[in-house]
Amino acid sequence: MPHRTVYEAKIEHLQILDEDGKLDKKLAKDTLTDEQVVHLYEQMRICRELDEIAFKLQRSGRMGTYPQNKGQEANAVGSALAMKKGVDWLVPAYRENAALFMHGLPMHFVLVYWMGDERGSKMPEGVNITPLSVPIGTHMLHATGIAWATKIRKEKDKAVITYFGDGATSEGDFHGAMNFASTMQVPCIFYCQNNQWAISVPREQQMNSQTVAQKALAYDMPTLQVDGNDVFAVFKAVKDARKRAVQGGGPSFIEAVTYRLGDHTTADDARRYRDQGEVDAWLDKDPLIRTRKYLESQGVWDDKKQTALEERAKKIVAEVVKTAEGIEKPSPADFFNSMYAELPADLRTQRDTMRTSSIGRNPEQIGLKAQAAGTR
Amino acid sequence: MTTLEMIDSKIHPAVGEWTLPDFVDEADLPGRDGDRVIQFREAIREAMSHEMRQDEKVFLIGEEVAEYNGAYKISQGMLDEFGPRRIIDSPISENGFAGMCIGAAMYGLRPIVEFMSWSFSFVAADAILNNAPKMLYMSGGQWGCPIVFRGNDGAGGQLASTHSWCVEGLYANVPGLKMAIPSNPYDAKGLLATAIRDPDPVFFLESERMLGDKAHVPEEQYYIPFGRARLAREGEHCTLVSFGRPVHFCVEAAEKLAADGIECDVLDMRTIRPLDIDAVIKSVKKTSRVVVVDQSWPFGGVSSEVITQICERCFDYLDHPPVRVNTEDVPTPYAKNLEAAYLPNPTKIEAAVRKVIEATA
Ligand SMILES: Cc1ncc(C[n+]2csc(CCOP(=O)(O)OP(=O)(O)O)c2C)c(N)n1
Ligand SMILES: [Mg+2]
Repeated sequence: MPHRTVYEAKIEHLQILDEDGKLDKKLAKDTLTDEQVVHLYEQMRICRELDEIAFKLQRSGRMGTYPQNKGQEANAVGSALAMKKGVDWLVPAYRENAALFMHGLPMHFVLVYWMGDERGSKMPEGVNITPLSVPIGTHMLHATGIAWATKIRKEKDKAVITYFGDGATSEGDFHGAMNFASTMQVPCIFYCQNNQWAISVPREQQMNSQTVAQKALAYDMPTLQVDGNDVFAVFKAVKDARKRAVQGGGPSFIEAVTYRLGDHTTADDARRYRDQGEVDAWLDKDPLIRTRKYLESQGVWDDKKQTALEERAKKIVAEVVKTAEGIEKPSPADFFNSMYAELPADLRTQRDTMRTSSIGRNPEQIGLKAQAAGTR
Repeated sequence: MTTLEMIDSKIHPAVGEWTLPDFVDEADLPGRDGDRVIQFREAIREAMSHEMRQDEKVFLIGEEVAEYNGAYKISQGMLDEFGPRRIIDSPISENGFAGMCIGAAMYGLRPIVEFMSWSFSFVAADAILNNAPKMLYMSGGQWGCPIVFRGNDGAGGQLASTHSWCVEGLYANVPGLKMAIPSNPYDAKGLLATAIRDPDPVFFLESERMLGDKAHVPEEQYYIPFGRARLAREGEHCTLVSFGRPVHFCVEAAEKLAADGIECDVLDMRTIRPLDIDAVIKSVKKTSRVVVVDQSWPFGGVSSEVITQICERCFDYLDHPPVRVNTEDVPTPYAKNLEAAYLPNPTKIEAAVRKVIEATA
C-alpha cells in the first residue's frame, strides 16, 4: 500500500450558550451553576465599566495608551473560573483584565500600569500572575517555561494558562512555545483569543489556515475551537484542558472565536479599516447581552438587579480610579531600582550622583568622594 | 497618598531565594599556580557540574549538549552524571529555549543556556535582550531572571562573517544584564561559578579559540566577584586594557616591549558589565597612557565606552589621546589571511603602544 493516509484530523467547535441566550442542556451538564453565571456576568459588567472609564481617562490625558477588552470578557471570566486561583499561574498578554481580577489582582494595578508605572505589574503576594506582556507572543515561551518548572519541581495540581491573540500565532515564539510545550509535555494551556483582528490586519490576511485551532495539530496537541463569547463553552474547554494538564496529559490549545468590539487601543481608530456592518453583527453576539438573556430566562436576573449592578460597577470603578490616581508617582531616585537584584558599583555611582550625564559619572568632578558614591 | 509599597507584596522566590557565595579578596582565592593543568573547556564544565551537584535547580540546555557532549565538547560526560532531565538536548530553536528558560528562571529554576555560538543568539534577540534583562524592571522589582546564557564568541576560526560574531559591543549596551568574558581557564571557572549563582541574567562569552588552552585550575569551587579587573602584568609606562582572548595578545606585546624597557600594566577586565572602571582609572593615573584592545568593532563598542569613561574621569592625567586596537570595521572575512589581518594581534598592539610612547617621550 504505497499511498495511504498517515494522519487524519478534524477540528471541533464548541458552543453551549447560543447567541439568543439558549443553553444546550446536555452539553452544559457539569459546567456552570446559575449562581456562578451570575458571578461571571457581574465580573464582566464591572470589567466593561473599567474599560469604558479607562478609555475616557486616556482621552482626557489622565492615562496612556490602553487596549480595551470590550466584547471579549467571556473569555477572561470563563477561563479564570476554570483555573485554580492562587494555585495555577496566569501568563497574560494585555486583553484579559477580568481574568486577572478574578485571580486576585486589585483592579487599580491595571490602571497604574497603563498610567505608566511598572509597579502596577508587581503582583501582591499570592497573586499568581506574570506582568502584562506587550511584545507580541514572547510570553507564551515564559508560560511554557513556568509550566516546565512546575513539572521539574514536582508541584502537583498546578497548571499554567497563557493568553494571546490571533495575530500572535504568526510569531515564531508561538511555534517555539507550542513545540517545547508538546515535546516536554508540560501542564500549559494555550488560550488564543481570536478576535478577528490584529490592529488593522484581518485574520484571513494573518493566516491562510481555516482555523487557528488547527495550528496545534502540528504539535499533536489536543485542540478545540470554542465560541469565545459563550461563558459555558469557555469554562468547559479550559476546565477539561486543566484536568488533562494536571493529570499529566500535557498541554492543550484552545481557539476562542470572539470579537474586538473596540479599537485596537486608544491610539487606534478602527473605523478607518473596519466595516461597520461587521461590527454591528458582532454587537448582537456581545457576551454580556447573551449571558444576561440567559440569566433572565432562568428567572435569576431582572432590570432591578441590572440597575443595581450598574450602579455598583460605577462605584467600584470610581474607587479604583481614585486609588490608582492617588498613588505616589515614582521619583527619579527610583530610576535605578529594579534593574539588578543588587545594583553594581558603576551604576550605584550614577544613581548616587543622580545624573546619567558624563558629569554624573565622575564623582570627583562634583565633589563626591568615591566611597560615598558607592565605588570601591 | 497611598504608596504601592503599602500593598503587601513580596519579591518572587526567583529573586528571593538567591544566595550569593561568600566572596573573598583576590589574594584569598585559591592560587593560580599549581600543576592541576586542565583545559579551558574542562574549567567551564567543572564550574557547571559543581553547581549542579550543589543545587538541583541548575540545569543545562542547548543544541547537542547531551548525547553529543556539546558542539565544542564542553559538556562531555555531563549527561552520564546528571541524566537527560538536567542535561537537555533542545530542538533547534534558540528563541524557543531562551524564552522558555526565562519562564523557568522566573519560576525559580537556574537555567544555563548554551548557544552553540553567540552568532546564533540573534534569532533569540527578543528573549535575551528584551525579556531577560528587563523582567525585574517591568515587574516593578518582582520577577528576577537568574539565568546564564553562554557560548562561543568571536572570530579566528575561519567561520566567515555570519558565524564569527563578537557580541559584546552590541549586547553590553543593554542595562539589566551582566557580561563576563574570561581570558583563561582559571577565571573561566571562577566567573562561571559566580554567574550561575548570580540572581540576574549573565551573558558568558567563551572563545572557541581558547577552549583548548591549558592552565592550573584548582579543584575546589571558587567564586570570582564580578566587576573586578585582574592585573595580568605590571608596568609604569602604558596601560593596556582588554578582555577575553586579546588579553593574551596584550601580554605578548607587553613582553616584547619590556625587552626595550617599555613596561605596561595589562588589565584583564574579566567582566564588561559591571565594568571595573576604577581599576582602569587607577592605572591610567599612574601611566598617563592607555591603549584599549577589543576584538569587536570600533563603532560604539566596549573600547569606545572605556575610553569615554577615561576621558570623563582622568582626562587631565593623559599625556596622549587614548588609542584603541579593534577589529577592522568590516564583516569578518572568510579568507584566512584577511581574517588574520582583521583581528587585533600582538604586532598591532605593540605598534600602538610604541606610537603612544614615542609621541610622549
Ligand atoms: C513583537 C511585536 N511585534 C509587533 C507589535 C505591535 N503590535 C502590538 S499589538 C499587535 C497586534 C496583535 O494582534 P493579536 O495578537 O491578534 O492580539 P489583539 O491585539 O488582537 O488582542 C501588534 C502588531 C508588538 N507589540 N510586538
Ligand atoms: Mg487579534
